[in-house]
Amino acid sequence: MSTQESYVTEDGRTIGPTVMEMKNITLRFGGVKAITDISFDIREGEIRAIIGPNGAGKSSMLNVISGFYVPQEGEVWYKGKKRPPMRPYQVAQQGIARTFQNIALFEGMTVLDNVMTGRIRQMTSGVFAQAIWKGKAEKEEVENREFVEKIIDFLEIQAIRKTPVGRLPYGLKKRVELARALAAEPSILLLDEPMAGMNVEEKEDMSRFILDMNDEFGTTIALIEHDMGVVMDLSDRVVVMDYGKKIGDGTPDEVRNNQEVIDAYLGVAHD
Amino acid sequence: MFYREAGDYKTSYSADNQTFPIRFDRYRYYVVLFVSFLVIPFIINDYWASAIFLPFLIYAIAAIGLNILVGYCGQVSLGTGGFMAVGAYACYKLMTAFPEVNIFFHVLLAGGVTAIVCVLFGLPSLRIKGFYLAVATLAAQFFLVWLFNRVPWFYNYSASGQINAPERTVFGIEVTGPNTEAWAVYLFCLVFLVGSAIIARNLTRGMTGRKWMAIRDMDIAAEIIGVNPLTAKLSAFAVSGFFIGISGALFFSVYLGAVEVGEAFGINKSFLVLFMIIIGGLGSIFGSFAGAAFLVLLPVFLKNVLVGSLGWPTDTAAHFEFLIVGALIIVFLIAEPHGLAQLWRVAKEKLRLWPFPH
Repeated sequence: MSTQESYVTEDGRTIGPTVMEMKNITLRFGGVKAITDISFDIREGEIRAIIGPNGAGKSSMLNVISGFYVPQEGEVWYKGKKRPPMRPYQVAQQGIARTFQNIALFEGMTVLDNVMTGRIRQMTSGVFAQAIWKGKAEKEEVENREFVEKIIDFLEIQAIRKTPVGRLPYGLKKRVELARALAAEPSILLLDEPMAGMNVEEKEDMSRFILDMNDEFGTTIALIEHDMGVVMDLSDRVVVMDYGKKIGDGTPDEVRNNQEVIDAYLGVAHD
Repeated sequence: MFYREAGDYKTSYSADNQTFPIRFDRYRYYVVLFVSFLVIPFIINDYWASAIFLPFLIYAIAAIGLNILVGYCGQVSLGTGGFMAVGAYACYKLMTAFPEVNIFFHVLLAGGVTAIVCVLFGLPSLRIKGFYLAVATLAAQFFLVWLFNRVPWFYNYSASGQINAPERTVFGIEVTGPNTEAWAVYLFCLVFLVGSAIIARNLTRGMTGRKWMAIRDMDIAAEIIGVNPLTAKLSAFAVSGFFIGISGALFFSVYLGAVEVGEAFGINKSFLVLFMIIIGGLGSIFGSFAGAAFLVLLPVFLKNVLVGSLGWPTDTAAHFEFLIVGALIIVFLIAEPHGLAQLWRVAKEKLRLWPFPH
């Protein structure tokens, strides 16, 4: 199967051609190699998981994709073009949104304002137009509000729309952060441990949102997660990392039966 | 009873986005506008204008400007006095160089010049934050005052080193110089204040304001969702500088008339405006008004009570005033660190239910 051809999954979703490709990425912090020569791709419309034990380099990988770290070696290809090193906000403007392991919301702003900030890419009126609040600025505000309200409905956070984020409990904050990332209509949505610190019900909710997002908006998702059950159920393809190296890549079933992966997770006897 | 939002439904997003979404608030706003434009000018006299209204209007503009920078964008600045001086001297140079142009435009242009200077001194904010940025802006304060003292070009080589506002008119009515009417200067400043407040409100409820607040709350997260930190921070410095420049220009040309830079725009002024926004409420336009009113009215009130009612000698009262104002500020910050605006918000929450507790 070539990576450029679309195919339809068992549950009827269309997986398109490759949208992002990491080629031989190596990332070093001084003498420490966080990532060593890793290559993988993300295809349009799929849910791609990155898993691995603690310290395997998963978050570093996500930070490379979102522009926080510039790898010493290797190339990032996005939508068929090689991406030059760029600042995180430029990456965001290209349509890559993400959430954080420990929530990174704007605590002093309301839920609505937080989600509206996700629309930065779509709202282009200048400072002067906004200062007089006429014409494009006003129209744009209303149009984008409509879209944001759709996201708010979708994630079931209507009731807390005008609440300052600082007052919300953890589970809701995670959801607001997801809403903000989703409001950007991203080509790729990166989720860094979306289910960390949640109980079973909250995890179920979150899984449902991730699946629905993928299904309804066709959002391409790359996620890091520790809960194996969740990963195996949600994702189309899984990359497994250990000590900064890629030790497995494939469908959940392939990965589950991969001896190297089993060794990494369960340990292996040294004789 | 007094404060209602029940039954006040919105059917469009633009209705929900307006400055005063609650009908009661909106009517009160119209009443305040009506009183300040059509009632006060008829009853104002020289004492009220120079002791209360002019300083309040002018400081409120400065407070709005500083609040955008500190309260909304989270960039601490101690250079307000210096930036007001830039506005004053820019206005002076424009007034003397182009006497045929209306002073209204001079004041606006002085704001523009200050915006540029403010952006220049805001450049370090891209690298440093918090206390270190405060110190960098403090350098701006001292440098600018020094510059206006030492370079004679700025005060047109006058022997005293002072700058004096020449007489200028708007619609044939004098607003600067020694022969002004109280109502005219009041209205002139009020127009600028209302304009500034509306612009500030529009910016802060829109995307520009969200970018500023995003930078303030978590700059890394702001960058990851696509906020360019360079343009966001510098635009805050520019807008803030614009308002502070306008207030400096008005302070010099309309209020004082003659200025010696170290005295009028020293470090005290920076702290005064900073106190105003801290007491009034960071990140709130209403807070800028409240803080300016509080710090303008309190000394006047204390003086009236101490000298007028208790009959103290003027100098004792003046010293005691410092004590009381200082103590009040400390008490205030401990009791309500989020300022008068927060008190107002709490009062509104309570009034929603009053007099029925459930």
